[in-house]
Amino acid sequence: MAHTRVAQRGLGTDGMLIALALGIGVFYWLFVAARAIDPLMSFHAYVFILAFIAGLFGLVMYATKPPADETGYQTAVVKAGVFASTFWGVAGFLVGVIIAFQLAFPNILYFDQLGWTNFGRLRPLHTSAVIFAFGGNVLIATSFYVVQRTCRARLAGGLAPWFVFWGYQLFIVIAATGYLSGVTQSREYAEPEWYADLWLTIVWVVYLLTFLGTIWKRKEPHIYVANWFYLSFIVTIAMLHIVNNLAIPVSIAGSKSYSLFAGVQDALTQWWYGHNAVGFFLTTGFLAIMYYFIPKRAERPVYSYRLSIVHFWSLIFIYIWAGPHHLHYTALPEWAQTLGMTFSIMLWMPSWGGMINGLMTLSGAWDKLRTDPVLRMMVVSVAFYGMSTFEGPVMSVRAVNSLSHYTDWTIGHVHSGALGWVGYISFGALYCLVPWLWKRKDLYSRALVEWHFWISTIGIVLYITSMWVSGIMQGLMWRAYNAFGFLEFSFVETVEAMHPYYIIRGTGGTLFLIGALIMAYNLWRTARGDLRVGEKRPYMAPQPALAE
Amino acid sequence: MLNRHELLEKHGWLLTTAILVVVAIGGVVEIAPLFYLESTIEKVEGVRPYSPLEQKGRNIYIREGCYLCHSQQVRPLRDEVERYGHYSLAAESMYDHPFQWGSKRTGPDLARVGGKYSDEWHRQHMIDPRSLVPESVMPPYKFLAEKHLDFEHIEADLKALRAVGVPYTDEMIENAKSDIQTQLDPFADDYDAFMARYPKAQVRDFDGDPRTITEMDALIAYMQILGTMVDFETYKAEENYR
Repeated sequence: MAHTRVAQRGLGTDGMLIALALGIGVFYWLFVAARAIDPLMSFHAYVFILAFIAGLFGLVMYATKPPADETGYQTAVVKAGVFASTFWGVAGFLVGVIIAFQLAFPNILYFDQLGWTNFGRLRPLHTSAVIFAFGGNVLIATSFYVVQRTCRARLAGGLAPWFVFWGYQLFIVIAATGYLSGVTQSREYAEPEWYADLWLTIVWVVYLLTFLGTIWKRKEPHIYVANWFYLSFIVTIAMLHIVNNLAIPVSIAGSKSYSLFAGVQDALTQWWYGHNAVGFFLTTGFLAIMYYFIPKRAERPVYSYRLSIVHFWSLIFIYIWAGPHHLHYTALPEWAQTLGMTFSIMLWMPSWGGMINGLMTLSGAWDKLRTDPVLRMMVVSVAFYGMSTFEGPVMSVRAVNSLSHYTDWTIGHVHSGALGWVGYISFGALYCLVPWLWKRKDLYSRALVEWHFWISTIGIVLYITSMWVSGIMQGLMWRAYNAFGFLEFSFVETVEAMHPYYIIRGTGGTLFLIGALIMAYNLWRTARGDLRVGEKRPYMAPQPALAE
Repeated sequence: MLNRHELLEKHGWLLTTAILVVVAIGGVVEIAPLFYLESTIEKVEGVRPYSPLEQKGRNIYIREGCYLCHSQQVRPLRDEVERYGHYSLAAESMYDHPFQWGSKRTGPDLARVGGKYSDEWHRQHMIDPRSLVPESVMPPYKFLAEKHLDFEHIEADLKALRAVGVPYTDEMIENAKSDIQTQLDPFADDYDAFMARYPKAQVRDFDGDPRTITEMDALIAYMQILGTMVDFETYKAEENYR
C-alpha cells in the first residue's frame, strides 16, 4: 500500500519557544515536587506538571495537523475565551449565591468537618472567580477580538495568544484550588501566593507583547480609542500586580510567603492595588468594551473624540490616587487619607465623561432600545456605571465613610458596579460576539435576552437596595447611644438585624445567576446555529425576492 | 493640544510609556513618603515580634480568611473606642507581614480582643459559635482542635520574616521550635528565657488539652496577644499627633 505523505504544520519559532518554556517548567516543578516542605506546595507542583505536559501534548497535536490558512483574523482563541467567560461567570455567581446564603442560614450551610466550605475560604473563591476568571476572560477575549478589527491585523505572536489563554486558565485553577485548601496571602483580590503570582506575571507579559505586537502590525494609521483603554488596563495591572505582591517565600519549595511591607505601608500598598484593580481591571478594561461594542451595535460613531481624550487621561491619572479612601480613620497618616478623598471626589468627573460618551453615542439611535435587548443591556450597564461612580465619591468622603465603612453598604456599592456595569457590558459583548464569531444571522432568541435582562435587573435591584438598608442600618446601630449615654446595641444585635436583608440579597443573587444560565443556554444554541422557531425578528430585513 | 494627541495615537510605544508615567505618579507620591516620614509610625513601648506560637496562630488566622469578616483596626470614633478600646496605632502593626486591618465587620473588630475572653470561651466559640452566641453567623472551626500544629519549619518562617524586616534575633530563631512547646507549659525549664525574648507573652495550654499541640492552641495564643502589647498608661498621644 502506498502512503501519501500529508504535509504537517510544524512548530514555528513561537511554538518552539513555548515548548522549550513548558519543558523547562516541567523539570522545575518536578524539582519542587521532590523537595516540597508542605503538602499544598507539592499538590500545586503536580498541577503545574500536568498542565505543562498537557500543553506540550497540545503543541504536538497542533504541529502534526495539516497547514491551515493563517492570514485572516485569529478567531479561535476568541471563541475559546467566550466559552471560558460563560463557564467561569456561572461558576463565580454560583459561589456568590452560596456564600450569601451562608450568612443568612449558618446553621444549614456550614459543616463541622468541611473547613474548606467555610465563608473565609469561599469568599476569595467568589471574588476571584467573578473578577479575574469571568471578567479577565471577557477582557482577554474581547481585547483579542477588538485589537484585530480596529488594527486590521491578525493577532501577533502566532501561538502566543493561546499561551496567554491557557496560561491564564492555569492561573485560575491554581488560585481557586489554593483558596479552597488554604493557600492565601490575605491580600484582598490578590490572594494567590508568590508562585502563582510569578506565573501570572509571565502570562501577563506575553499578553502585553501580543497586544502591542498587533498594534505595531496595524494597517490603520490611528490606534483606536478602545485600544488605549485596553493598553492602560494591561500596563497598569502589571505594575500593580508586581508591586503589591512583593514577598519573600519561606522556602523556594514552600507555598507560604511573607509580604515585603508591614502594617501601615503594607495597608496602603494593598489598597492602592485594591482600588485600582477596580479602576483598571473593572473600569478601563470594560470601558474599552463599551467603546467598541456600543458604537458597533448602535451603528453610530462615538459621541465625542475630544471627550474621549480628556476623560481617558484624567481617569487614569486620578484613579491611582484614590486608594487611601479604603483606610479612612485608620492609622494611615491623615495627609494620605485627605489626598485619597480629594482625588476620589475629583474622579467623579472623568468617570461621568466616560458615561456621557457612551450614552450619547446612542444619539439618533435611541429607538433601538425598544427592539434590541442586547443594546439595552449595554446602555443600562453604562447607567449603572454612572450610578456607582457617583456613589463611590460620596462614600469616599470621610464623614460618610465613618458610617459606611466595614458595613454592607460597601458590598452593595461594589455589586452595583460589578453586576450592573461589569456584568451587563460583558453580557452585551458576549451576545454580540457569538453571532459574529460563529457567523450566525442572529441570536437563537431575543426573547430569552429579554428574560435575562429583566430577571437579572430585578436581582440587581434586590441586591443593592437590601445592602443599602442593611449597611446604613448597621452603621447607625453601631453608633447609637441610649438615654443614659451608653451604647444602645451589642454587636451581635446588629448581626441579628441583618438577617432579613441577607435573605433578600441571596434572592437577588439567585435571580442574577438564573439570568446568566439563560444566557449560557441562548449562546450555546446560537453557536450551534439554531434560530428559535416562531420568534418575530422585525429588525432583520426580509430577504429580497428572487428576480423572476 | 488635542492635535498633538495624534502623536500618541500613532506610536504604540509612546502611548504605552505615557500611560505608565501617568499611572505611576499617584502611587509614588502617596506611598513612598510612608517609608521615610518618621511621623508615620508612633513611638511606643512594648511592640515586639510575635512569638513562634503566636505567629503560627496568625498564619492560621490568615489561612482561614478570618480577615474577611473581622477587622483589626479601631477607629478614633467615640462609639468604637467605647466598644473596643483605645484606637489602633500604626506602631501596633509595624511587624505585621502582611497587615490584617480588614475591610468588613460581619463580625466584631478583633484589634483588642486579647484578654477579653477566656481561652475556654474561645475554644468553645471556635468549635461551635452558635452554642455561645445564638445569633452568630460565624462558621465552625472544630477541626482546628483536632489538627496537630505543624511547626517543623518554623525557623524558616522566622528567617523569612527577618528578611522582610522583623527583628528576630539569632537566639529567637535557634529556640523557635522549643519556644512553641515552652509557651504551652508554664513549668517549662526555659520559661524565664522565653519571657525575656517575648515579654507579656501568655504562657499556658490554650486549648484545654495538654497532651497535644493543636492549631487551636496557636490560634488562641494569637487571639490573646492581640492589642495587648502597647502599654497605654505610658503612651503620650499628643507627642504623636500628625
